[in-house]
Amino acid sequence: MRKHPVVQLLLIGAIGTAIGLPIALAIPWFPAQAATQAHRIDTLYHVLLIVSVPIFVGVLSVVLYSVWKFRMKPGEEGKDGPPIHGNTRLEVVWTAAPAILIVALCTYAYTVLHANEVTKPGERTVNVIGEQFAWYFTYPSSPGKSVVTQQLYLPKGQPVVFKIHSRDVIHEFFVPAFRLQLAAVPGITTTLRATPDRLGVYSVVCNQLCGNGHATMRATVHVLTPAAFQAWLAKQPVQPSPGYSFSSAGGGAPAPAPAPAPSGKAGNGSATAAAGKAIFTGSGGCGACHTLADAGTTGAVGPNLGIRLVPDAKKRGLPLAAFINESITKPNAFIAPGYPAGVMPQTFGQTLTATQIQSLVAYLASVTK
Amino acid sequence: MLIKLRAPGWYRAALFDVIGFAFAFGLVVLIRTLMHEHPVLDGYAITTVALIAVPLFFLVGLGVADYWFYWAAGKRTRPEDHSAHGARTWRDYFRVNTDHKVIGIQYVVTSFFFLLIGGLLAMLMRAELAQPGMQFVTPEQYNGLFSVHASLLIFLFVIPVFAGLANFVLPLMIGAPDMAFPRLNALSFWLLPIAGLMMLASFLAPGGSFASGWTAYAPLSTSLPLGQTFFTLAVQFAGASSIATALNFLVTIITMRAPGMSFFRMPLLVWANFSTSLLVVIATPFIAASQFFVLLDRALGFQFFNAFVGAGKNGNVIMYQHVFWFYSHPAVYIMMLPGFGIISEVLAVKARKPIFGYRMMAFSLLAIVVLGFTVWAHHMFVSGMAPWIRIPMMVTTAIIAIPTGIKVFSWLATLWRGVLRLDTPMLFALGFLTMFTLGGISGVMLAMIPFDIHVSATYFIVAHIHYVLFGGSLFTIFAGVYYWFPKMTGRMFDDRLGKLHFWLTFIFFNITFGPMHLIGIQGMPRRVADYAQQFATWNLIISLASFGLGLSTLVFLYNMVASWRGGPRAAANPWRALTLEWQVSSPPPIFNFDAVPTVVGGPYEYGVPGAVHGIFKSPAEARPTGTIATSPTPE
Repeated sequence: MRKHPVVQLLLIGAIGTAIGLPIALAIPWFPAQAATQAHRIDTLYHVLLIVSVPIFVGVLSVVLYSVWKFRMKPGEEGKDGPPIHGNTRLEVVWTAAPAILIVALCTYAYTVLHANEVTKPGERTVNVIGEQFAWYFTYPSSPGKSVVTQQLYLPKGQPVVFKIHSRDVIHEFFVPAFRLQLAAVPGITTTLRATPDRLGVYSVVCNQLCGNGHATMRATVHVLTPAAFQAWLAKQPVQPSPGYSFSSAGGGAPAPAPAPAPSGKAGNGSATAAAGKAIFTGSGGCGACHTLADAGTTGAVGPNLGIRLVPDAKKRGLPLAAFINESITKPNAFIAPGYPAGVMPQTFGQTLTATQIQSLVAYLASVTK
Repeated sequence: MLIKLRAPGWYRAALFDVIGFAFAFGLVVLIRTLMHEHPVLDGYAITTVALIAVPLFFLVGLGVADYWFYWAAGKRTRPEDHSAHGARTWRDYFRVNTDHKVIGIQYVVTSFFFLLIGGLLAMLMRAELAQPGMQFVTPEQYNGLFSVHASLLIFLFVIPVFAGLANFVLPLMIGAPDMAFPRLNALSFWLLPIAGLMMLASFLAPGGSFASGWTAYAPLSTSLPLGQTFFTLAVQFAGASSIATALNFLVTIITMRAPGMSFFRMPLLVWANFSTSLLVVIATPFIAASQFFVLLDRALGFQFFNAFVGAGKNGNVIMYQHVFWFYSHPAVYIMMLPGFGIISEVLAVKARKPIFGYRMMAFSLLAIVVLGFTVWAHHMFVSGMAPWIRIPMMVTTAIIAIPTGIKVFSWLATLWRGVLRLDTPMLFALGFLTMFTLGGISGVMLAMIPFDIHVSATYFIVAHIHYVLFGGSLFTIFAGVYYWFPKMTGRMFDDRLGKLHFWLTFIFFNITFGPMHLIGIQGMPRRVADYAQQFATWNLIISLASFGLGLSTLVFLYNMVASWRGGPRAAANPWRALTLEWQVSSPPPIFNFDAVPTVVGGPYEYGVPGAVHGIFKSPAEARPTGTIATSPTPE
């Protein structure tokens, strides 16, 4: 029995969808789900797949069916198709049906967005600061003081609101396991909400091209049990909150106001070096890119400072302290062989206070001799 | 020699380049001396000024403006002083020529040259990405590679190649002897190689090429080394070229249609270029503005985008993105609507049926033009802009799927019950239909804010953009090049090689870009030279397929070159098409029509017994309508 072409087409489309849809849904699309937001977004995507697969299969079926049934056969070289110019009813249908579908999808997407971003009671604030090419996370403790870390620690099951800042260019705070990202924009504070709901270690990615070290601007987020999180937080040293902009050291910075780095008034050598170590691993962020055995950092973007500072200072022809100072404030004045110029931010002379730089110099000079 | 240096052409252009550089050098030294800037000789400043001055002097030297200068000086103008119509040898394509057919071929060949360069840059990127870790390039070079890749393919390939195809075909389609402003047309073309070479030359700049992506977000772009200036200025030249061509198309379409060709008798390619030109004219000044902001920030310290509060430092970083995307979203349609036009031509002729719902096809183009200006901030869902803006942008973005859907469904209905001739242009048209549908579907997914928040700037975006611009635009470009190849060159291409080219391209395209959807959703960021181990297998597959995709282009190149040189002679109308360009010889006569055509029916009346689109009467009979009196080429 020969069926009408439209019936045949519908059959092919139905079979194609029946095969394609389970395949599309079976693909392991997503990484680990570690936040309540992720569950809603993954469901949204699967709904979008369920809507999309029949549409694509439908288009493909019409094309393939036409190629199969209506292709020019030998002897039809001079033949034309029937002069069909249109069909108003059909055109109304394929204008109206997508319109209804789109209204439904947009409404659904809006409800997901709202559920993901609504303010929740008991939110913990974590400041995220992006800078070329490192992340800092600060947990405010008392006014002007914070715990400053380079890895993100969050308690499971507690809503958190990230206040995101940038110190130089635009960065993007992206946690694939949370399905969330938002730009760190110089000059403004952006807000992102997440509720981690799965223990584990996940990656934090900078997802906005921010310069030569962009690919290395990574951190990790550790989702801990609330008790473990509190224990971790209690162990961390409390520091003056770092500023969010270059000019913060000079005042006029957005709150929380930065306090000058505490350094021994008398310029006590060992006290300064200890402060330098805190800056190296903490607010200065040096360890994100530089390996230094004494500080326990393993960054691989820039040279290993424990090994390279002394020989490079000789090559440069400067005393060690002067060379370190120059390398912090004018990193392109001397480039360690094998490393590209322009990767290290040239702004530490502005972002760090003179005292902080002295401390860093003292510390680095003391551990590389 | 002296005569050669005085006459328009390459010798004079070279001389003027030297003068232009000396001018830039002198100007910078003079100003820096007067302003007590130290040092007086500043390579950065001299390069910046030279990048503006040298191209302008070059254009004058080449002779694009001779006519205007003579006219402005009150001297006797020579309408054909620097160019004859038509090209007799290949050398004529290297001269300023005002014939739209010569300019069209100049455009297409130049654009394909930059396609090959851009494609090679992509091969280098894929070589680096084949394995995790750094193998061939530094991160700095990698950032340069993808920035130049995208910029070349957007500004020097997709946008101008459509302008080139339309340049050749559109005046023929509407029964005009040339474009409305032939000298402006020549100027538009010659701005292009300048923009392209400037982008390529940035690789030679100290600090490497521009490396902030084709989006060049401030304040990264205001703080990068000298190479970034090459991008900022190259975009100005490419943009000026676009605007001039679009104005030319608009005036040509509005004033130079043959008698009887009402708007609703225009082929859809003409409608598509009419819509595109509206987009270009309205939108392109915005990218020009965004790049001028960056230039002023970079060169003169204007602090538009220096956000940190302080003396003069309260710029607005997000403003750059709004201004940039107010062009660059419509630019997506600038890169797609002409392709829609090509597909409508190819499908109607190759399916031997009228376009289904012709009027809705035309109206949906206009709807896309209007809606295209209301969606720009969907590129900025995670940019930190005011959150409420996302909601209306989601809705308008999704709504664009409706006119786009109308077009796809109408093309499908055009196929239905036709007599499908499955040659190379048709295969590319069908490939476009399926691949563009996929790109459109992932576009609707991306409109949904929560999903977009996850996949923004991941490989899902890379997959989407390539399904739209490669599976979409480039497939239509291949369809168009094959379809009009006989008309442009007077030769037939090798259809078997064409089909081989299609299948290689289609298969490798899908293996290259299909998996990117998956690794994008899994969280692989774009624009990184190194990536996590978990993505290694897919990246190796993608890289291998991309090399296959690159090699498939060689089949195309060989086919084009060999067929142009020695293919069989093409008949005037090898496809039995009704539109006017096929009613003249292949290649067309120098002034297109020996007799002015009069249009008596629609362009796609296939299957209607005895239907004709245009008939040829003598110019004297057609003249009373007055439409042809604007002809700029008195005979």
